[in-house]
Amino acid sequence: MSSIICKDLCKTFQQGEEIITGLNQVSISIEKGDFVCLSGPSGSGKTTLLNAIGGLDKPDSGEIIIGGIRIDNLGKGALADMRLHNIGFVFQAYNLIPVLTARENVEFVMQVSGMPTSERAEKSMKILKEVGLEGMEERRPAQLSGGQQQRVAVARAIVSQPTLILADEPTANLDSVTASQLMGLFVELNQHHNVTFVISTHDVRVMKYAKRLIRMEDGKIIADESQ
Amino acid sequence: MSQHTKALLPSMVIFTLAWRNLWRNHRRTLIMLSAITVGVWAMIFMTSLLRGMVDDMLYNGIRHLPGEVQIHQHNYRDDPSINNSMSPPEAKLLTALNMPIVKAWTSRIKVPAVIASERDSRGVILLGVDPQSEVKLGFDLDSISSGRFLQGVNDNGIVIGAKLAERLETRLGKRVVIMSQDPDNNIADRGFRVVGIYRGKLASQEEMNVYAGLQTLQKMLKLGNQISEIAITAEDYRNTHQWFSTIENATEAPQQAMPWYEADSYLSTMMVTMDGFVLVWIVVVFMTLSFGLVNTLIMAVFERTREIGLMQSLGMRPALILYQILIESFLLLLIGLVAGNLMALLTIIPLKDGIDISEVAQGMEMMGNSSVLYPALKMKDMLMANAIVIVLGLLTSLLPAWHASRLNPVEALSRN
Repeated sequence: MSSIICKDLCKTFQQGEEIITGLNQVSISIEKGDFVCLSGPSGSGKTTLLNAIGGLDKPDSGEIIIGGIRIDNLGKGALADMRLHNIGFVFQAYNLIPVLTARENVEFVMQVSGMPTSERAEKSMKILKEVGLEGMEERRPAQLSGGQQQRVAVARAIVSQPTLILADEPTANLDSVTASQLMGLFVELNQHHNVTFVISTHDVRVMKYAKRLIRMEDGKIIADESQ
Repeated sequence: MSQHTKALLPSMVIFTLAWRNLWRNHRRTLIMLSAITVGVWAMIFMTSLLRGMVDDMLYNGIRHLPGEVQIHQHNYRDDPSINNSMSPPEAKLLTALNMPIVKAWTSRIKVPAVIASERDSRGVILLGVDPQSEVKLGFDLDSISSGRFLQGVNDNGIVIGAKLAERLETRLGKRVVIMSQDPDNNIADRGFRVVGIYRGKLASQEEMNVYAGLQTLQKMLKLGNQISEIAITAEDYRNTHQWFSTIENATEAPQQAMPWYEADSYLSTMMVTMDGFVLVWIVVVFMTLSFGLVNTLIMAVFERTREIGLMQSLGMRPALILYQILIESFLLLLIGLVAGNLMALLTIIPLKDGIDISEVAQGMEMMGNSSVLYPALKMKDMLMANAIVIVLGLLTSLLPAWHASRLNPVEALSRN
């Protein structure tokens, strides 16, 4: 997986009797190892674009090509496999599986992809230590603070070394210190492991880390700047 | 790591998820488990009572025939008179009658007669028997409530039922007169002393069947060595079809062999009907359970919609999500089945000596049942109940599981 190419993406939603435009002829190309922030007001189409790139939602028209593979016409199973092996997701709400411990949440993706027990235990313990959760491995999400839960979610997203991480408002529920630590982790992964990041955010603290800042409004890209 | 082991790893995580999710709302799970347990118990317990009742009816019916297979002169069933008597078994039939599966057989005289005491008279079925082989065939010596059973084929006494003794206002030691016809249609009669009174499982038997020695009756009826029937029994009346053909092939015209299920079509219909009834009963109980099961799973899916969306976004295939909900349902059903089976065993085993239903026994006797009901726990019924609950349970669970697997991840993630 390397570059992401979106061509003329359109997506509308029905809300009551009203048709809402999520994406309107969006075309974008993102190179491998890029660090892109999508910004813009609520309803501008950031999350819709992120969901489309992640194969969570299908555009009404247009093409999405990731690593040379067109994904907008793949079936549910194939999309699931692509996400499992290539994409890490970080959501605004912490989105952990409540019946699993922090370690089990981190191991979840590796276990679904069939990684041996010893290997995934080693990786999960190491990554949890890196995100500062050593000693909390066997706690369930309800026993962790919001910041700790988000760090577990990040650990889960990066542990299987995906080539692309999609993050939707990852710092929205974090204090400034935790947000800064999280962004430091993202930058390190981007710089040392060449992981591509596409982050949707309102947070100016996040935007300052971006190599490329894309502004959206009413489902359109209105600015695309490298910094 | 082998491909097989690799393929099992996702199964392990979904098993863990299914098990933990099951106990997430433990109160709801316990209520559903109680419903399954009671439902399975009801299926097995009620089935064992029904089976016991039908077994009893069939057993009593076959005893009344008696014997699982009977051989008569071919006209005997239309006209059970002395004119339709037959010769005793010959070499070929004797060989068949002595095969290992045959538990016992006997020759009888069985003719209509009139019994008269000094007070009253009644029409009865007069049975001339060999007491030793009759006992082997199933006559219960404990049913003799006073006096004794016949001591040989030449015994000069007679054994009558308690009900008949009451009707005739006679008793042990008194004399009665038996009157019937000989082959020349002349009256054949003889006085007998009542040497025994028996209690039958059915009042009708007590009132109708009168036992005398085989040769005593042959002399009285001027029959020579002729008999009315040969009755044969094996260990289990359900397996009669396995050995009947051997007997049938050894029986030569004008004699005719007939199994109990042809001799008494009511009894055989009863057995088939009961199999169908048991199936209907189990399915009806399951259908009641299935509403609770589907509701539980729909609620579980509804409450976890966001998590399902999350698992999809992390790369869990729809098939694995479907599999997880089915495993959850399977675990719920399995625990309920184990508890239900255990509860059924614990309630049926202590009742092995029977349930006294004498208060309603008169009504039950009309159906051919005795006053003690013995629950009959059949492995076949237990397996059928378990299989139906598992198979239909999983089929019923497919709907919520399918719904979960088809959720749109974006919509699911946006649910609170």
